[in-house]
Amino acid sequence: MSLSGLNSLYREVILDHSEHPHHKKNLKQATSKVTLKNPTCGDVINLELNLVDGKIADIGFTGEGCTISQSSASMMTDVVLGKTTEDGLEMAQIFSEMVMGQKRSAADLKKLGDAAILSSVMQFPARIKCATLCWWALRKSLGENVDD
Amino acid sequence: MDSKFLKIRNDFPILNQKINNERLVYLDNAATSQKPQAVIDEIVRYYQNDNANTHRSVHTLGERATEEYEAARGKVQRFINAKESREIIFTQGTTDSLNLVASTYGEENISAGDEIVVSYMEHHSNLIPWQQLALRKHAILKYIELTNDGRLDMDDAQKKITDKTKVVAIAHVSNVLGVTNDIKKMAQIAHIHNAVMVIDGAQAVPNQPVDVQALDADFYAFSGHKMLGPMGIGVLYGKNNLLNKMSPYQYGGEMINFVEKYQSTWADIPWKFEAGTQNVAGAIGLGKAIDYLTEIGMQNIANYEQKLVEYALPKLLNIPEITVYGPHSPKLHNGVISFNLKGLHPHDLATALDMDGVAVRAGHHCAQPLMKYLNVVATARASFYIYNTVDDVDQLIYAIQDAKEFFKV
Ligand SMILES: Cc1ncc(COP(=O)(O)O)c(C=O)c1O
Repeated sequence: MSLSGLNSLYREVILDHSEHPHHKKNLKQATSKVTLKNPTCGDVINLELNLVDGKIADIGFTGEGCTISQSSASMMTDVVLGKTTEDGLEMAQIFSEMVMGQKRSAADLKKLGDAAILSSVMQFPARIKCATLCWWALRKSLGENVDD
Repeated sequence: MDSKFLKIRNDFPILNQKINNERLVYLDNAATSQKPQAVIDEIVRYYQNDNANTHRSVHTLGERATEEYEAARGKVQRFINAKESREIIFTQGTTDSLNLVASTYGEENISAGDEIVVSYMEHHSNLIPWQQLALRKHAILKYIELTNDGRLDMDDAQKKITDKTKVVAIAHVSNVLGVTNDIKKMAQIAHIHNAVMVIDGAQAVPNQPVDVQALDADFYAFSGHKMLGPMGIGVLYGKNNLLNKMSPYQYGGEMINFVEKYQSTWADIPWKFEAGTQNVAGAIGLGKAIDYLTEIGMQNIANYEQKLVEYALPKLLNIPEITVYGPHSPKLHNGVISFNLKGLHPHDLATALDMDGVAVRAGHHCAQPLMKYLNVVATARASFYIYNTVDDVDQLIYAIQDAKEFFKV
């Protein structure tokens, strides 16, 4: 028996982010606070943003969840920090399509930074929601209509 | 006797496959059981030979379908030792059965200020129907506390159940903590205060002998799919005097006596509660599952699962990073074991175990108030059934060790 199949999902980068998540904090000043839950597993994310002049000037998250959800949130906060609302929403769209197995160009995937590595989650359909929860929180924070 | 259990796996075609190149070890039986060939064949046989609508067709097929459907009711009656077969109502499952009780008996007998008593270990299906009823009626929902090792606190039960209590709704066996509750005692307490005792038997009927008369249950609910039967069929047992007084749950075909333009009268029990075309193949499949279980013997099944727990629990507890919820003494524990591996979310653990062919559940197990009570977000859960063996337990333990190494926890 072997867990080598897990290597594609639990890459070093992902384990690092989950062990030492970036931007896992509350913000002193936030223009939006959003809480989303994954009712099937109980995972929770609280995402805080500080939007200044249409840009994500600061971002932080708290909450509980599995390795995938924690590292996804950590990688997301890295890559969207400093970006405009439009850029953030575009990235969320690229990420969603990527994990659902839809083809996106290499240039698009590059925009996701580290987060692109989570494309491997599509081989584990039961875990896709773990990866997307934070991105849905971002969409909601940036004013998109999201059902929670 | 155990040698017989070792062969049972062969009766279940689904178990004869590899998952991620490993022997499949199915340990998610508390969610749903697998089906033996005999049950699958019975459903096929019914559709190939006898299918017709019940109770309405005069022709031969209609007669056969009706006869087999009612015979299945008789099997259920004997299986749980109900006094009469009309006390057995076929439903879609435990959830449907409990909703039926809440929206008929509950709706008619609960008023503002009355109490409904549940426990912290209830599955959402034995909780939300009562919670919503309490909200509608301005009744009071009370929770019986648990002891430190996850058993019902019977002293607290004595205090919580009062003369204002109209309904006591408790699981016979917890789907998380693996404990069997002293339902007989609970029913005595409930009855002293003239409350009815509603029992969620979803995790009990598949795994141990159940005698609804000995328990003095007023209502008893369970699902076919957790006991080798098909999905979409379940049972509500109710005492005949209670069922007779209750209004129908749904209205339509089959459940009527006479229908006039502005009023109707209802069929007798149990049909009063079986509106519309029923899941006849499901009932017949459940009947076959009961035959299969009866042949092995429910006490033998309980003893065998107890042996698996006696084997598995110490092995799990021996892993220092494992926390087991519920009692740690195998004597107090059924074949449902919830646990966590320190430093690893149960979802990650379940994905890792799956790579080693082991299917366990990870999540809140439809028991969010209990998760909060235990102060955990989620747990992993391994649950055994008749086709599991000590080899399966070994593979589980091996897979946990594997996961531990992989994630370095
Ligand atoms: C204790 C308990 N009650 C109720 C249920 C609900 O059963 P069903 O989904 O078959 O209606 C379950 C199983 O999921 C259970 O374990």
